[in-house]
Amino acid sequence: MSLRNLVIAGAVTGLMGSAAWADCGPSGQSIRILASDFPAIHAVAGTAEAMCAGAAAEFTRNHTTEAREIMNAALTPNPAEYTSVIVANSTLTQLMNDGLVRPLNDYVEKYGAHLEPHQMITIDGNVMAVAFMANSQHLFSRSDILEKAGVSGIPSTYEEVLAAAEKIRAAGIMEHPLVMNMKVGWNVGEVFNMIYLAHGGEFFQPGSAAPAINNEKAIAALSIMRSLAEYAHPDHLTQASNETQGLWEAGQAALGIMWGSRGGVILDDEGSSEEVTSNTVLSGAPTVAGGSIPAATLWWDGITIATNVGDAEAEATFAALVSAMTPEMVAEHNDDAVWLIDGFKPGPAAAGVAATATGGAMSYPMIPYIGLMHNALGAELVDFLKGAEGAEQAIADVEAAYVTAAKEAGFLN
Amino acid sequence: MPNRTFFWFILPTLTTMILFIALPIVSVFIQSLHIEHEQVILVSESCDPFGCTETTSVDTEATEKLRREQPLGRFNGLGTYINRSHLAFEEVREAWGATDTMGAFFSRILNLPFYKALAFTLTYTFVVTPFVLVLGLAIAVGINNLPKLVKGPTIFVSLLPMIVTPLVGSLILFWMVDGDGIIGATLQRIYDDNALSLKASPALTWIMLIVYGVWHILPFSFIVFYAGLQTVPRETLESAMIDGATKWQRIIHVIVPHLMPIVIFVTLILLMDNFRVFEPIVGFSAEAHAQSLSWIIFKDLRESANPLYSSAGATSMMTILGVAILLTPVLIRTWRDFRRRSP
Amino acid sequence: MATRAESRISPLVVISTALVAVWLVIAAFPFIWTLWGSFKVQGDFFSKADWRNALYGVHTIQETGNASTGAGYQGAWVQEEFYRAAMNTSIVVFFTVVISLTIGTLGGFALARSGKRYAFWILMAALVFRAMPHITLVSGYLLPFFEWNIWGILPTTIVVLVAINQPFTLWMLHSFFLNIPREMDESAMVDGCTRFQAFRYVIIPVMWPGVITTGLFSFLLAYNDFAVTSMLLSEQNETMIPKIASFLGTTQVEGNVMFAVAAVVSATAPLFMLVLFFQRQIVSGLTTGAVKG
Repeated sequence: MSLRNLVIAGAVTGLMGSAAWADCGPSGQSIRILASDFPAIHAVAGTAEAMCAGAAAEFTRNHTTEAREIMNAALTPNPAEYTSVIVANSTLTQLMNDGLVRPLNDYVEKYGAHLEPHQMITIDGNVMAVAFMANSQHLFSRSDILEKAGVSGIPSTYEEVLAAAEKIRAAGIMEHPLVMNMKVGWNVGEVFNMIYLAHGGEFFQPGSAAPAINNEKAIAALSIMRSLAEYAHPDHLTQASNETQGLWEAGQAALGIMWGSRGGVILDDEGSSEEVTSNTVLSGAPTVAGGSIPAATLWWDGITIATNVGDAEAEATFAALVSAMTPEMVAEHNDDAVWLIDGFKPGPAAAGVAATATGGAMSYPMIPYIGLMHNALGAELVDFLKGAEGAEQAIADVEAAYVTAAKEAGFLN
Repeated sequence: MPNRTFFWFILPTLTTMILFIALPIVSVFIQSLHIEHEQVILVSESCDPFGCTETTSVDTEATEKLRREQPLGRFNGLGTYINRSHLAFEEVREAWGATDTMGAFFSRILNLPFYKALAFTLTYTFVVTPFVLVLGLAIAVGINNLPKLVKGPTIFVSLLPMIVTPLVGSLILFWMVDGDGIIGATLQRIYDDNALSLKASPALTWIMLIVYGVWHILPFSFIVFYAGLQTVPRETLESAMIDGATKWQRIIHVIVPHLMPIVIFVTLILLMDNFRVFEPIVGFSAEAHAQSLSWIIFKDLRESANPLYSSAGATSMMTILGVAILLTPVLIRTWRDFRRRSP
Repeated sequence: MATRAESRISPLVVISTALVAVWLVIAAFPFIWTLWGSFKVQGDFFSKADWRNALYGVHTIQETGNASTGAGYQGAWVQEEFYRAAMNTSIVVFFTVVISLTIGTLGGFALARSGKRYAFWILMAALVFRAMPHITLVSGYLLPFFEWNIWGILPTTIVVLVAINQPFTLWMLHSFFLNIPREMDESAMVDGCTRFQAFRYVIIPVMWPGVITTGLFSFLLAYNDFAVTSMLLSEQNETMIPKIASFLGTTQVEGNVMFAVAAVVSATAPLFMLVLFFQRQIVSGLTTGAVKG
């Protein structure tokens, strides 16, 4: 079942829950979880603790914003510091590069009867992670301002977004109607990723780590980015989610490309006015250049099990974590995330992510060296966006920076 | 002091420093001379909630085997130090050959990450340090002249910029200098320019970072100078007064020379800390216009999925070298003092 | 000290007093603003619409019915149990300062009293050690600490902070001991004390002020450290600054910024007491310390 079906089916199946009884696997084991620090992860890990802490000898959770920085070092020793790490697309690659997580096929067979097939993250037939939530960037629009500026309907392509922005500017409503997370570093690299992927671009030559970004698609993606920057807040190179959300809630933007996970807090009654929240429309990420792929990268968060721990510990950890992935848990925390678990009822805040996923957006690539490429993009595109150099030079710089890093990391010779 | 006694007195402090700083420095240095093993790459198919794609993955078993044979990685000599992310010898040579004017040459050089960072780091160091020295001394003199009663609270208030954690301090200041924030909006009104943004222009960003740097570190120099002022011998001051020296002359001819040792200590610490400037850049999201050596290290270690230890190691080593060069004049002086003291 | 010549109001006094006044405003303004704003909601304190909202609390009135709210403090201290972090910080800071000063005074004393060439080179080495960026050091610690199973606990962090802090402590205390006349301990040794006894009974009593000043800087380093504590402590042992950082949210998920603001303001309160309490010692400490280059 794809996410598309899930969204529909989720609404129908609703409260058709699985049994409240949980199979916690081998008892008397030590379960130690490392995870980031946000509500959806607290919901899953917390439910697992409530279900299975009794059967375990030890159940600890370490929620930290630095999870990503310490996970590889933490899982390297044998026995590892943690039996499970909760990961996303990029962090799974980071762990798999060092061979620190184990295949889950047997555990899924034994404990995963209630899981959906689409939750399985498989690499070459091996289930390496079990996903439980999704996220992506998508379009936020202010329907009242669009109407006032004479734009009919919600833009569905970047060309329409730009035209709408121009109309809003021309109508004198806002000088900078657009907000985007273009902060130099990870964020601006991510903006390039999504627009480039929507152009049908590839980052690497097939089956190798050699870069393949020096092409017209990349140039086209950059020129879209520059046009978008025209209409974005002058400080866009310093703005990430917190700033763009702030601008949106203050009613200073009419079009926004922001994270779906910010939808809920934007639509709630805190920090904003009735005028903004009631007119904010969440829709799928726009397509670009006549393509059909929404310009976004889809993200999932899921559980993994460490390689360097005892088999019984691993089994108990897996059993405990999947025992939390039930419709009851989802019902209790429905609005904390876009759940991939059976029983999710998409609320208004999930509309954008659902539309983006069903529209066929690409996942953030799980390629071992994508992090190096992302890093190079984040650092080297800034001169172009400031207008200090041309698109060709910017791409050449990215390529040179990536090749240098990839050589050092052993991916290229 | 006999060697034996010296040994026992210095042992605890030396042990902690060797274990936690010296050994890591050695290992970082060795690391910087190596690069990772060749990673054995497999073509594979990956599936997630949104569909399947063909991708690649690392053959961890084969790579592990290589790693076991050579635990440190492949020896690369100074290769990492001179690659594009660092000194970029090749690119510099190329730029030298391809450009006609110095201006064009420098603009090509400043497109390279290391030199770009070095330019800001040095500017920051050499602007902030003198400002902090002069202002710190001026404020110390000023507070010293205040009535006793208000000195206490004044000193506390003066220490505030150093006390509030930069993590949140810069967050709040970052908002204040925003076009909608109190400082940003006030500046817009003063200059009557609604588009004025401290965050969008490179020059203004540099000024903002420098002003923040001065503000943040000023308490350190102030408190040390203030204390130093208490030690100025009264007789010298009085005899200067009898000789008819004005207050200003007394500051220049009596107080400053007396404070010289303190000035040197403060300069030493300031140069070192300013050369490692990092927090303001992250705090003010200023990466677009200003990057420093420490920020490059941060980027190599934290931003890429699997850290580039060699690269970060090379930059760290060059940071240490940079600090050593900056401090040379001060160190030579310390050496002379030391020789004079030693029996 | 107030002779007639000094109490005359000269332009210099006016200028310097004005400078101090300006400095005080600049130094205190962000903090006072934060203090005031910590009783507002995020929409006001970080208002993108109009900064005056932070003064009047437009959204605060809308959302809570009152112009000021203790929600940030309530959230940080009660909901997020900030007191645990505060307790961990007190443990870390206390031991870091005590250990730093103990081994630092011993070492600083030895360096000040030894005329040998190696003493100079130890001082130089300490400077090189201090130049090493902390972030590289910390990344290097991770793997060994996990392997030895000492990651995440307070003692490890304390030892690391002590080590990172030693170069500065050593330099400062060394300069301080240079100003205590050599004759003091030498005469004690003539009277039959060992070197350590001389240190214990003659030097320790006169060195408190210098130690307190150095301690202030150790204190601030341990108190404000983020690079080390965020990477080396597990959530159970988290100190205040990483805890505050965790309130700030991530790219994808909004944080509770007002919790962070309230926590920062509350974290400053004990420092206020501390600085007021030790202020006299700080100054007299540096006085005799007269740090020398």
